[in-house]
Order: sequence, then C-alpha cells, then structure tokens
Amino acid sequence: MIEQSVVHKYLRKNKKFPHIWCPGCGHGVIMGSLLRAIDKMGVDRNNVAVISGIGCSSRTPTYLDFNTLHTTHGRALAFATGVKLARPDMLVIVVMGDGDAVGIGGNHFIHAARRNMDLKVVVYNNNIYGMTGGQASPTTPSGKKATTARYGNIERSFDICDLARSTGANYVARATSYHVKQLENYIYKSFNKKGFTVVEAVTHCPTTYGRLNSLKEPVAGMEFQKNNFIMKNLWDKLSDEEKQVKFPMGEFVDVDKEGFVTKYLNLIESVRQGD
Amino acid sequence: MIKLLQGNEACAYAALAAGVRFFAGYPITPSTEIAEIMSMELPKRGGKFIQMEDELASMAAIIGGSLGGLKSMTATSGPGLSLMQENIGYASITETPTLIVNVQRGGPSTGLPTMPSQSDIMAAKWGSHGDHPIIVTYPHTVPEIYNETIRSVYLSEKYRVPVILLLDEVIGHMREKIEIPDENTIEKFDRKVPTVPNDWFFPFEGNLEGVPPFASFGEGYRYHVTGLVHDVDGFPTSKHSQIERFMNRLIGKIDNNVNDILKWEEYNMEDAEYAILAAGCIARTARDTIKVLREKGIKIGLIRPVTIWPFMEQPLINATKKIKKLFVPELNLGMLSLEANRVLKGKLEVCPYNKINGEIIYPSELEKFIEEEI
Repeated sequence: MIEQSVVHKYLRKNKKFPHIWCPGCGHGVIMGSLLRAIDKMGVDRNNVAVISGIGCSSRTPTYLDFNTLHTTHGRALAFATGVKLARPDMLVIVVMGDGDAVGIGGNHFIHAARRNMDLKVVVYNNNIYGMTGGQASPTTPSGKKATTARYGNIERSFDICDLARSTGANYVARATSYHVKQLENYIYKSFNKKGFTVVEAVTHCPTTYGRLNSLKEPVAGMEFQKNNFIMKNLWDKLSDEEKQVKFPMGEFVDVDKEGFVTKYLNLIESVRQGD
Repeated sequence: MIKLLQGNEACAYAALAAGVRFFAGYPITPSTEIAEIMSMELPKRGGKFIQMEDELASMAAIIGGSLGGLKSMTATSGPGLSLMQENIGYASITETPTLIVNVQRGGPSTGLPTMPSQSDIMAAKWGSHGDHPIIVTYPHTVPEIYNETIRSVYLSEKYRVPVILLLDEVIGHMREKIEIPDENTIEKFDRKVPTVPNDWFFPFEGNLEGVPPFASFGEGYRYHVTGLVHDVDGFPTSKHSQIERFMNRLIGKIDNNVNDILKWEEYNMEDAEYAILAAGCIARTARDTIKVLREKGIKIGLIRPVTIWPFMEQPLINATKKIKKLFVPELNLGMLSLEANRVLKGKLEVCPYNKINGEIIYPSELEKFIEEEI
C-alpha cells in the first residue's frame, strides 16, 4: 500500500493512461523501480529530467510528472547531453530500449560513456524490437527467433554491461524485472554517482519475443529470469558450459572517475581566472 | 571596433554577441573555424562547448541545450546537414529554437569540400521528412554575416523554429573589413516565458503570432516534449481535429508572419528594364556585372533575397512588374530559378545561368551571357 502511493505520486494521473504496454510486459515493473529510486533521492521533481528515444520503453517519460523529453530513435543520450550541460544541477535520467541504446544509438552510447557524461541510463532490455512487432535486435541471443530472423538469429548479440564497462562508465549493473529489489537498489545507487552510469534492466516481451521463443506466458518470462540470472560472484564459479545458459547479474563496475560536467565547470572557472 | 575578419569568424563572434551560450558540433570543412572559436570563447562567458561524435548528435545536443534554457547553435557543411535533417525535423515539431550554420560546399555526398557551391538552397528548405516550418537566411558579405547571424538567432527564438544560416564557402573564408559594434549595444531579446502557474500552462498553445511561450526545463513547468504530433498539452494525439489544429499552427508561424521574417535588397532597380536575382557570393558577382552593363547603357538591377526561405514571393512579383527578363545566376543547376519560375508563373522569362565546376561565376562571363540574352 505504501509502495503504491510512492509510485502514484509521480505518475501523470488523468493524463496519459491507460499506457501502451501489453498485458504481462515487464516495463511497468522497471518504471516502478525507477520511481521508487527517484523518490528515495528526495530531490525536487522540477529538477529531474527523464529523456528517452523511440520504442516501447521510451514511452516511459510520457507517464511521469517530471521534465520529460521523448526524442528521436537512438539519440536520447545526445539530447540528454545538451540538457545536462545547460542544467548541470539537474538529475538527468535516460531511458532506452536495447535497440535504441546499442543498435541505432550505439555510437552515442559508447561516446557518452567515453566522456563519462553525467547521465543516469536505464536500459530496458527485452532482446527484441517490440513496438514494430518483434524484429531481431542487437541483443537478441544467437539462435533465438524474431520476425526478421525466422530461422533463428545467426548474429552474435551485444552484452550491454560489457559494452558500458569497456567504454568507461563509472557504474554498471544488471538486474531483471523479476529481481525488483536489486533493480531499485542499483538504480538508486547509480543516481548517487557522478559520471556515466548504466543499469541494464532485463525485461520480457511476451507478445513478440515470448511468442516466437516458447515464453509467451508472462509468468514464463519471469520464471526464466528467476531461474537463469544469478549473482555475478556465483556465476563466475560456473563451468564454461553452464555459463552458456546462465546470465550474471549484480554490479560490474563501481568507480568514481571524474565526470565530464565537473571537468567542464572546472575548465570554465580556470579560463575565467586566467582572463 | 574595426577588424579584418573571415566570414566564419564574424559568424562566431556575432553568435556570442547574440547570447548564444551552447555550441555542439562536429568538425567539417569549410565550417570548422566556427567550432574552433566557440570552443575557445564560450567558457570565457560561462557557456558550454562540446564536440559530439557526429552531426546527428550535434543537432540533438543543441536541441537539449535549448530546452535547458541556453541559446544554442551548431555549424556544419552539406554532408553534416544531411545527417542533421532527422533532428531538424524534431526541432521543428517540438518548436525548439536552434541555429544551424551551413557553410556550403559542392555536393552530392563528400563532393567538393573546399570549393564554393550553392547546392543546399533546396536542402535547407526541404531537408527533413514531412511539412515543417523553417527559416533560412543568406548573407553576402562579412559584415552582413555578422548582422544576419544575430537576426537568425532572434528569429529562431521569436518563432521557436530552427533557422539555417546559409553561407558560401568563399565568404566564410574571405577576410573583409567589418565594424563590430559593442556587445552591449546589441539588442538583447529574451524568450517569452509563461506567466501562468504550472496547472494552467499549455506548453503548445500559440499566442497571437501562433508561438507558445517557452518554459525551459527546470523552471517548474513539468511538461512533455515529443516528436509525435501532440495536443496543446504536449501529449501525443491521434485525433484528426487536434492534428489539423496543430499542423496549421506549426506551419502558420511562418506563413502568417512572412512580412516580419522576409528581408531582401533591391539594387539599381528604380529604372531597371532587366534584373538579376542572386544570393550570397553570386550577388557580389551580379553587382559588379551591373556596374559594367550600366556603363554600356543597359538598365539592369539586382534583387537579392536575404531571407531566402520563406521565399520573397510577393516582393519578387512587385519588383519585376516592369522587367523584361530575369537573369538567375547561381552555383547549382537551377534552384533559385526554379523558385522564381514557380512564383512568376511564366509571366516573365527567367534565364538561368548555372555553374557547378567548383568555381564562382565571374562578372565577365555573366556580362557576356546577359548581353547575348538581351
């Protein structure tokens, strides 16, 4: 009951409901975790921006009572970079799907990470392009089916957390729409850090990915997450064979390198003193 | 203060004087000096510069900066303009003021990076899918680049539209004498901000000119911005009546304010029997040509659009009422002449003179062409 009221505090009631997500979609669970994490921050909501690209997950800002920006496909991080530099004190949260973040927006993703731009990224990863009807995405696992991979995906898939780690993010973590508590904690922790942070929220798409890959019941998607995502320290001890079918979750990176905004504000100060 | 400046330098300093405090861009010849100057000068004024990973991101970042409350710009050339088209459409539909400087080079594709061309006249107007409002300005001297940069920032803020400032490579890189006014004497214009509380604010409801007041992010108006067609409250709509109302207002911001947005120059037109329609560096060729032809007794004048989009439809009709032939020299295969023909509807013979070999048009060749046509 208490948790419900936390979430409802931040929804744009009477404005944009019902939402567009399918029954059984995991996106609402992630949005709930996101809102509880924001609430825990205790920040003025006028000083929060939620920015997204295009896709199912990118409809999140529409429903939220903050400064919200629903941009073009893949470009959310570039828009967010502008907002953050104009408003350095603002908590700028970027919500993207897997196709948005590491497909069409892959270049923006690696460069925002390289710059250590002070943006708080939450990637809803459902391994598919859901909004357009289930086409293969850069995170569709090899061998799995999609409407543009009817015979099974022959491509390799991106590991979003590996990508964020190797390109320089300050904080990288993964949880799932089943592991709600961890997800909320990781998002909250990322909000408290400077620099570029990525929380990958694995979610299920019963409508497209599920239907094509024997997980069409929403519960089956949740059970898959429950049974196959295990904490990183345990996953590390698995045999190579086991690692093929199980997935690590938890915190992968937690460092405090100076973020871009801090550096730029220092630069302004030193240039002005030099004048 | 009198200075000897390049066109690109004049553009950068004018933008700073106009209050631009955010620049995001990607290096590209022949525009790069603008980014270089901004990276040096913005931090001195507390502004922000960032070199993005490409032009898609540059355009996106300046929209973000503008929504965050800073006057924002980028600078590019043809290939970059192609990449920016996606988010130029976004700036149009979300009514986010942005300045895009396009120092033109020859195209298509990588084309002629260091040579002059006027090949983006149509791309500037039509480059982005869908009907979208846009203003395009086209100065022809270094001092005019300074003034038009300031006016472009002003128009973009006033009408909440992206403005493209078209420059020719030869003027971007040419040095010319310019008297720079004191920054404090330049008229400051602030965005019109909402005067009602959040609950009463409709972020996309136009004023008398069709332009909504602008609430920057962080000012207490927690509204929604989307590239989907939206209602006055900013949320996506699929109701036909709302779509129509929105699109009419969006396009109407330009169509209903043409007199305020248009700017053009007429030179030696009082007694003219013939006229040249030319913009940018080719207007300078035309001016020299006119002097020589007048000495030979040919009564000829110049009509020069400064605001090139929206096009000077009525002014062109008015200015050419007594004209026998209209000559249209340009560094492309006929963009201005196509527009002139559309506006004049065959009432006047339009004679195009086109050149696309990477050279400017010299006065001597234009003189010869006009003499033959007369």
